[in-house]
Amino acid sequence: MAIFLQLLFTGLGIGAIYALVALGFVLLIRAASVVNFAQGQFAMVGAYMLVVCFNVLELPYLVSMALSVVLMGLFGVIFAFVTYWPLRHRGGLPVIISTIGASIFLENIVLVLYGPSPAVLPGLFDSPGFQVGPVFMDSQYLSILVSVALLVALQYFIFEKTLLGKKLQATSQDKEMASLLGIPVAGMILFTFAYSAMLGGLAGMLVAPVLFVSVGMGGLIALKAFAANIIGGYGSIPGAILGGLALGVAETLGAGYISVPYKDAFAFAMLLMFLMVRPQGLFGEKISEKA
Amino acid sequence: MSVNLASARVLRGLPQAAIACVAVVVVASFAPADGYYLNIFMQAATYAIAVTGLVIVLGYCGQISIAQAAFFGIGAYGVAIGTVDFGLGFFPSLVIGAAAAGLLGLILGLGSLRLGGHYLAMVTISFQQILTLVATNWIGFTHGPDGIRDIPRPTLLGFSFRNGHAFLALCLVTLVLVTLCVWRLKTGRLGRAMQAVRDNELAAGTCGIDVFSTKVIAFGLSAVVGGIGGGLFAGGFQYISPDQFSFSESIVLLTMALLGGVQSPFGALVGTGLLVILPEWLRFLRQVYLAVYGAAVILIMVFLPDGLWGLMLERVRRRAKPIEGGVAPLPLLAEHGEKSDEIVLDVQGIAKHFGGLKALDGVDLSVRRGSVHALIGPNGSGKSTFINVITGLYRPTAGRVIFAGRDITNSAPHLRNRAGLARTFQNIRVFRGMTVLENVMVGAERPGNDIAENPAAGVERALAALDFVGLRGDAHRQVGALSYGHQRYVEIARALAASPRMLLLDEPAAGLNLTEKQELGALLRRLKGHGLTILIIDHDMNLVEQVADHITVLNFGRRIADGLPNEVLANPDVIAAYLGEPRNEAA
Repeated sequence: MAIFLQLLFTGLGIGAIYALVALGFVLLIRAASVVNFAQGQFAMVGAYMLVVCFNVLELPYLVSMALSVVLMGLFGVIFAFVTYWPLRHRGGLPVIISTIGASIFLENIVLVLYGPSPAVLPGLFDSPGFQVGPVFMDSQYLSILVSVALLVALQYFIFEKTLLGKKLQATSQDKEMASLLGIPVAGMILFTFAYSAMLGGLAGMLVAPVLFVSVGMGGLIALKAFAANIIGGYGSIPGAILGGLALGVAETLGAGYISVPYKDAFAFAMLLMFLMVRPQGLFGEKISEKA
Repeated sequence: MSVNLASARVLRGLPQAAIACVAVVVVASFAPADGYYLNIFMQAATYAIAVTGLVIVLGYCGQISIAQAAFFGIGAYGVAIGTVDFGLGFFPSLVIGAAAAGLLGLILGLGSLRLGGHYLAMVTISFQQILTLVATNWIGFTHGPDGIRDIPRPTLLGFSFRNGHAFLALCLVTLVLVTLCVWRLKTGRLGRAMQAVRDNELAAGTCGIDVFSTKVIAFGLSAVVGGIGGGLFAGGFQYISPDQFSFSESIVLLTMALLGGVQSPFGALVGTGLLVILPEWLRFLRQVYLAVYGAAVILIMVFLPDGLWGLMLERVRRRAKPIEGGVAPLPLLAEHGEKSDEIVLDVQGIAKHFGGLKALDGVDLSVRRGSVHALIGPNGSGKSTFINVITGLYRPTAGRVIFAGRDITNSAPHLRNRAGLARTFQNIRVFRGMTVLENVMVGAERPGNDIAENPAAGVERALAALDFVGLRGDAHRQVGALSYGHQRYVEIARALAASPRMLLLDEPAAGLNLTEKQELGALLRRLKGHGLTILIIDHDMNLVEQVADHITVLNFGRRIADGLPNEVLANPDVIAAYLGEPRNEAA
């Protein structure tokens, strides 16, 4: 039981990271109908920004994080201008392919700039954590969980309670109507790219002390986030969060009780299972094209 | 005409392929027998085969697969494990490897292709990662990260492929044959179905194409072709290891396909040739080559959407010659014409509720054979919902739809088309990547049509349908180059070529200008003259009055009138629905 609870805690922590990346992913789908295959590389780029700010420029930790998040916003806008803007009228397929190209480019350009050896970042707190009953609360996993909870609350507030959120929702529901109502649709989409890159980057920064910071870290996280989206329900925000958490727990339990080398296969197995049995996911609606 | 067309089709490309085979054998025998350059050739040939597979799934069918290196790897491991560990022959191992690739492709496709294109992309990326994990960790079966060495090359019928020349010749001849098959696939019935699915899934379904199976077949075929390439690769290099079939190799293959042009197997050859040879010239890029590939993918998508081959074709595109000679008249009346009291479409008590909204609430309608039946109603009356229920895009909440004596209430759209129900769309849905003739041929080839199995007759039927709507001269143009009104005629021709029992026209006058509307009216009167059974949905009263034998009026999801045109149009309820209730103070 103690082991189970410990695995559950770790699983929720890693699942929160998947949820954060999945959240950025689903926001882009809703705002711009863009399936962004470079979402995981956002996390990787974010983590490297933190490495540069903290390890190289030696800024204080929280300042480094804040600066990196702002830079990620800028990065998201540039990303949108390169991969999305020129192709926005050509349907879904070209944009998907160009984001795949971007993901390859980002991984390898960072590899060239920084080299293959992984970087190490310290955690947010000096203390490794504390014991609660049978479970050791690792301070970094705890910070991840708390940060993600705060972010989700913040996002809920922005989307549901502010005018900006209403405009974003209007844009995602009907671009034509939104623009007729005077909402700057292009601006909303660019904002979503920026926000989505910030979420992804933050996920990378939060997970960096747990994993090593490496070029390949984004790819696997992205795969899990995609799977989380499908498990939770394609295009559903609560689905992305719950799907991410569920996946993190399932994979950690699988690694703990079944097999470590095939840890990454559990996400895939779950993904396939959902596709076969419940393709609309936990929260999804069946979306069918209208004539 | 039909004889020439038919024989030309059987032999299509064969002479050229035979010449190409001889040429590649000669080239192979002059290639250096060993070492570096032989390896380059071997790599180019086997990669090109795999890239040709991507042409099928991505180019023809519009589905993104990012696991071509995985299928390539499965083929390679099939040959390696089969020959080295199980002592099987090379060719049986190759068949097993390619079949295993195809089988896994089918399973992945069955799981993901019912949904949108990005699902396949995700699933294939995952699959690619899993395969690398398995190849690295299942040491007992795959030999793990050390790989498998000393893979033997075959002999066949006493002829040895052991030396480099001979094996390269084998790879190149296979490449020629695969290229021929994939090229011919494009202009065949299956290839046209794939392209229709790529261009517009919804319209493809209503042309009788089983969209899901077509996608699964395309993906399965591409996996098999990838497996064949991989099997030959294993024989060519005689050593394989997991890292040769990693995610980044899948990206390399994808880039090759996109660079060359994913619409044609020749594009695959161009792209692969360039990207195998270029890195050798650009050795200084070694460190950053994948970054360059990534950037190249974006640049190609932005600036070169049809690839190099597409660009070349555009430069040399000849003006297609107009089609000479007469065509047989369209056999509209052949089967299902003859006016009678037989009810072709019988809709009984159809209801469709969206939550609390009753978009349709118990509507009855019957269309008699040989008549033109109009369904009218103000905006929001439920016409579109009705059409979507009839054509199978929505499942009704209650009621039954009987078509030609069969209950089709729960049939998929393509099965309704196969039963003889053809339709057009309010928002035009043509297959934009195809020519006018190809668009109409997709209609003619609906399973169940009398000429569906005969390609030459399909061409004739399609030409006859185009002749009927007056677009025969435009047969070889890209459909996107036509005006909006003419694109609607292409849709009508596509439906007519299917020799439907009933034609369903969904607001055919929408978006047309006055002249075009008059032309449409004339066309509909001609169709009526041929006795075709038609259900037309529109709110253009002028058009409806010209052609309808019978009118049903919907309002707020209910039928408010049904009968002969002059009765219905004089009905006070109908007038009220269209013009509003007379006010009390006016009375």
